[in-house]
Amino acid sequence: MNLAELQRKLVAAARLQKPDDRVPYTFEKRVMALIAERTAAARNVLWVRGLWRAAISCVAVAVVCGAVSLFTPDKSDSGNDLSQDFENTLLASVDQGDTAP
Amino acid sequence: MERSEAELIAAVLAGDAASFEPLVQKYSPRVFATARRYARRESEIEDIVQEVWLKAFDKLKSFRGEAPFEHWLMRMAVRTCYDFLRGHQRNRESSFSEISEPEEDWLERFVADPVSAPEDADAAKLLIDRVMEKLSPEARLVIQLLEIEDRSVKEIAEMTGWSVPLVKVRAFRARGEMRKILARMTKEKYL
Repeated sequence: MNLAELQRKLVAAARLQKPDDRVPYTFEKRVMALIAERTAAARNVLWVRGLWRAAISCVAVAVVCGAVSLFTPDKSDSGNDLSQDFENTLLASVDQGDTAP
Repeated sequence: MERSEAELIAAVLAGDAASFEPLVQKYSPRVFATARRYARRESEIEDIVQEVWLKAFDKLKSFRGEAPFEHWLMRMAVRTCYDFLRGHQRNRESSFSEISEPEEDWLERFVADPVSAPEDADAAKLLIDRVMEKLSPEARLVIQLLEIEDRSVKEIAEMTGWSVPLVKVRAFRARGEMRKILARMTKEKYL
């Protein structure tokens, strides 16, 4: 069988086939709905990504502050510990009230 | 007043997604015609076209306006169809036993007298569809663009993103692959 001729004939047959360009009813509405859906989803993703970045930054700042306060030697020689400071602050108004004339 | 294509694209890029709809309306027939050359089932065709438009919307920033929008879109359509072919190769391994009677008659007529077998017969069209389905994705794309749509090698290179020598090599291999499939088909039927 002449395969080259068969190939030529079949390709010619394919060329004669007019492509069907029908578009389903309201197809463009469907595409636009999908685009709107994706745009909204993309916006949410942006928010979530932003919030995560902010949260990570906050944690990093907290860790740095913690490390600084932990490893910085206390230079004040007041001799008071944290509990004493806290008590003084809490009772400051009462102390002021006692000393007032 | 009807807005120009460039105005519509600029509006979409500025954030007005609704301006994309006239573009979808205008070019969907062409995209559907392209997709129907590579897929048979209507649901698959709709999926392909939908994907083309979603990609076009996402990548609109990369459209520089040097070439017409239609060319840019058709390039995307062809590449999406190629991806579809690569993902759906299920029909390639089947045999030709399911050839219908009219197709068989056309082949017999061709065997008896190659000149008398009409090219415009429906059976010939069915046969070429069958053969195309059995080609590898690369071969099918090249045969479709080069032999059936009569595009130049340079055009195909631009559409597919392949180099010109690669298109030539793939075209050579595609013709060989097609001939092998035809040989197998005729052997199954006539030996």
